[in-house]
Amino acid sequence: MDKTQNNKAWFLVLPVLVLVAFSAVLPLMTVVNYSVQDTFGNNEFFWAGLDWFDEMLHSDRMWDALGKQALFSAIILAIEVPLGIFVALNMPKRGFWASFCLVVMALPLLIPFNVVGTIWQIFGRVDIGLLGHTLAALGIDYNYTSDALDAWATLIVMDVWHWTSLVALLAYAGLQSIPEAYYQAAKIDQASRWAVFRYIELPKMQGVLLIAVLLRFMDSFMIYTEPFVVTGGGPGNATTFLSIDLVKMAIGQFDLGPAAAFSLMYFLVILLISWVFYTVMTNLDKAEGK
Amino acid sequence: MAQITLKNLAHSYKPNATADADFALKEMDHVWQDGGAYALLGSSGCGKSTLLNIISGLLRPSHGRVLFGDRDVTDAATAERNIAQVFQFPVVYDTMSVGDNLAFPLRNRGMDPGYIATRVQQIAQMIGMEDILKRKARGLTADAKQKISLGRGMVREDVNAILFDEPLTVIDPHMKFELRTQLKALHRAFGHTMIYVTHDQTEALTFADKVVVMYDGRVVQMGTPEELFDRPAHTFVGYFIGSPGMNFFDATVQGNRATVQGVELPLGASYAPPKGRVQIGIRPEFCVLAREGGLPFTLTRIEDVGRHRILRGTVAGQQVNVTLPEGVPVEAEANRLLFAPEKINVYADDWRVQGEA
Repeated sequence: MDKTQNNKAWFLVLPVLVLVAFSAVLPLMTVVNYSVQDTFGNNEFFWAGLDWFDEMLHSDRMWDALGKQALFSAIILAIEVPLGIFVALNMPKRGFWASFCLVVMALPLLIPFNVVGTIWQIFGRVDIGLLGHTLAALGIDYNYTSDALDAWATLIVMDVWHWTSLVALLAYAGLQSIPEAYYQAAKIDQASRWAVFRYIELPKMQGVLLIAVLLRFMDSFMIYTEPFVVTGGGPGNATTFLSIDLVKMAIGQFDLGPAAAFSLMYFLVILLISWVFYTVMTNLDKAEGK
Repeated sequence: MAQITLKNLAHSYKPNATADADFALKEMDHVWQDGGAYALLGSSGCGKSTLLNIISGLLRPSHGRVLFGDRDVTDAATAERNIAQVFQFPVVYDTMSVGDNLAFPLRNRGMDPGYIATRVQQIAQMIGMEDILKRKARGLTADAKQKISLGRGMVREDVNAILFDEPLTVIDPHMKFELRTQLKALHRAFGHTMIYVTHDQTEALTFADKVVVMYDGRVVQMGTPEELFDRPAHTFVGYFIGSPGMNFFDATVQGNRATVQGVELPLGASYAPPKGRVQIGIRPEFCVLAREGGLPFTLTRIEDVGRHRILRGTVAGQQVNVTLPEGVPVEAEANRLLFAPEKINVYADDWRVQGEA
């Protein structure tokens, strides 16, 4: 086929370029700009070079916040992925109940983040919350506003409640694509239930599970709204994740420079991990398509 | 190993089936001899796979019993029946190596590792995969995957039967022939009962000692390839076996004479007046064209298939095929169709009627 050369065609991508520039590139560049400057208000800026990066690399507070963020992601991934698979394995394959389960599972996903936070904020309150009050009545000393462990537990249970459905739905889609013949062959080969899972279901779910892990990792590693609404980062600094701390630093203390510097490093970490995931996934696809 | 008996077996996918049409398998009594090589032949959707899955226990029949030897296994799980089955589309365990795939059924039964190793070697040699035993099964071609499936089906020596559900569909023609020959050799060597489902008659006729033809949920005939060719028990068998299939004409039959389109034809045997719709059937191989006698034949086209030619034509508007051996010329004046009388079969309501000599 002959290709038509017409450089005017570039004008057709212009709207997208403009849109992306305003929505992503320019804000990011603003952050880059802040990260190499210092300000005392009044819209006056002084060149700071890489000082902020240097300071942030040695800031215990920020590394601590990043550590908490990473721990949170690790815990919720460790719970949500196995739990999601378990739920998917036990969902009915077809019929009315299959549709019913799908709708119920999708419900938490449809609720806005701040509303989820509010729901759990109230749900967990010892004075009026159903969960908090019940636990108190059972004689369990639970109070997410004063006990760090309780605060963490509340946030983790909330995230599991909110997002396990996503993993389950993805895993369910993966399971549905396995032809019946695989299960029949496994019966003929006298494979145990575990072997069926290990050698048939898990390999077939591999692709969707990687996507699920990637989505859940990115999302939980950047989590802001829900902990902000439920605990506000407390008690003390117990649930002050990196995203919360950066906002505090940038807007609360007006330390734009250091916050911007760490934000950029934060961004690069996420980018790096996502890139590793992407590479692994595309390599898997290649191996599959051989 | 055991003889497999199907007793009053029928299956319906609907609950409370009563009407004939509700049944995927109509009631049948059937015995698969121990050590036989059977082909289950029929068009798509005639119940072949259903029957196979009932034998292997993947499906519980809604009616009737399945017996292995004297033991009733109708309610026994697949694992208890000790059956191997190979499916139409390759099933391999992607994350395992080729060798582990072959060893899987043996390991699950807790066989001795030394025995497993030698057995896997044997099977690998048979399917020509000794070199890639260590390779991961993921990413192999469909051909190779299906060979692994076949290998896994044959790896156990103590199975009651090996069932094949159109296993060569995805394999390329050259390899098909080779694998079929190997299956046949394997059958001779170990004497397993083998049931081979296919809709390809060449495959069925070359593989099996006995061919079982199914039509509309029923076994319509079981016999040697020769019997199916010479004496099809049902018009479907006549039409389905042979290339092209048998020609059928509506006729009236009296004694050893049949009348088709007002023309009287001699028959090879004598018949009591049959009831229902009467037809005579004749294979294209036993039709000849002559200048006089017989039925008027109008030639529409000639197909050269290499070994012979097929004349497609009509008799009184009805499609008829005639096979012409190589080297015999087509004469324009030869427009009368003659049949070899002893090769004519008589059918009443689609079922063959036995004549008296």
